[in-house]
Amino acid sequence: MRLLTHNMLSSNIKGVTNGFPLLIEAEKVVEKPVDFNPDFLRNIFPKIDWKALVAAARAVGYGELPDTADAAMLESDDFLRHLHHALLQLHLEEGALVCPETGRRFPVNKGIPNMLLHEDEV
Amino acid sequence: MSRPEIQAPPEIFYNDEEACKYTSSSRIIDIQAKLSERALELLALPNDGVPRLLLDIGCGSGLSGETLSENGHEWIGLDISESMLSVALEREVEGDLMLGDMGQGIGIRPGVIDGAISISAVQWLCNADKSSHEPRLRLKCLARGARAVFQVYPESLAQRELILGFAMRAGFAGGVVVDYPHSTKMRKEYLVLTCGPPSLSTATPKAKGEDEESCSEDESSGDDENQTVCISDRHRPRKKQRVTKKGKGREWVLKKKQQMRKKGNVVPADTKYTARKRKARF
Repeated sequence: MRLLTHNMLSSNIKGVTNGFPLLIEAEKVVEKPVDFNPDFLRNIFPKIDWKALVAAARAVGYGELPDTADAAMLESDDFLRHLHHALLQLHLEEGALVCPETGRRFPVNKGIPNMLLHEDEV
Repeated sequence: MSRPEIQAPPEIFYNDEEACKYTSSSRIIDIQAKLSERALELLALPNDGVPRLLLDIGCGSGLSGETLSENGHEWIGLDISESMLSVALEREVEGDLMLGDMGQGIGIRPGVIDGAISISAVQWLCNADKSSHEPRLRLKCLARGARAVFQVYPESLAQRELILGFAMRAGFAGGVVVDYPHSTKMRKEYLVLTCGPPSLSTATPKAKGEDEESCSEDESSGDDENQTVCISDRHRPRKKQRVTKKGKGREWVLKKKQQMRKKGNVVPADTKYTARKRKARF
């Protein structure tokens, strides 16, 4: 599961008002190379929650991202490369995602998060 | 062969064996690829070469997701069957996979997805398998102006109305596009929904196989002159014309050819030689 997807996921449990961002408990992280596409990064940048991305990247062991970011930084190739690596090339293979409000763990197996809710959480 | 939806809930029906069978059938691969291409076309993403982030609801073993990757897009897939997702992992699909129930809500924060497709999956929602189930597909994650295209196999007219009704009540604009409505084999239905206020660009796109006539349908149940939508059972209107002439004349042949064309078959053009009298021995 890439950090791009993690940045989009939020906890869906009934009654939770702020289910985003999910905290990451990383047990196994893998790096997979992906083609660099600056157009995609520029397009997706406004939709990314930067704070959540930085926190997620640090949780999986990547600290190269600056604490804040704005659109002007998209001009720099260096920044784009760091963003590309963090967003698309780091994969969480084993671990869990934790709902920030309820503490409910969503396990991640083989890169697939299990987001199925129990009967009482829907 | 009864429909899969009434045999078992999807996470049970698509067990390991069924998942493998589904994904190794070349016919299914072919059909799913065509359906995904058409759904992607109906999404009407801007043609600027910029890869988008899409959602594949009911992605299964990733057959539809592959079409998205081939077109250069990034995608996130959601499915309820672990076996199907395992097959997707084996096939090393490029999109991210999630194990989840589309009826429980998509779990993606609002306004981040550029478009959503669902191939042959949404009809599973129409069967409530658990007593606590009140399955509704919630799609808040779509960005403004983004579209969702669902290719569905509704069991009956009532089911189609149900799906469309929920969509309209949830505030989506859009309608149903029916490709090749006259052909029982080739007929495919796509529910095209747009998030946000309707505008020129959100007009329902043209369907295939209808000679330039649009087959879109709104809340009102289809119009008679298009005679394309709302007929979901297999009975066709009785042929009033009997073949009374000796043999089959040119008129009849031309009529038949037009019917075949409407169905979507490849038919040679009508020329002065069509149904010409040939020598007796021919």
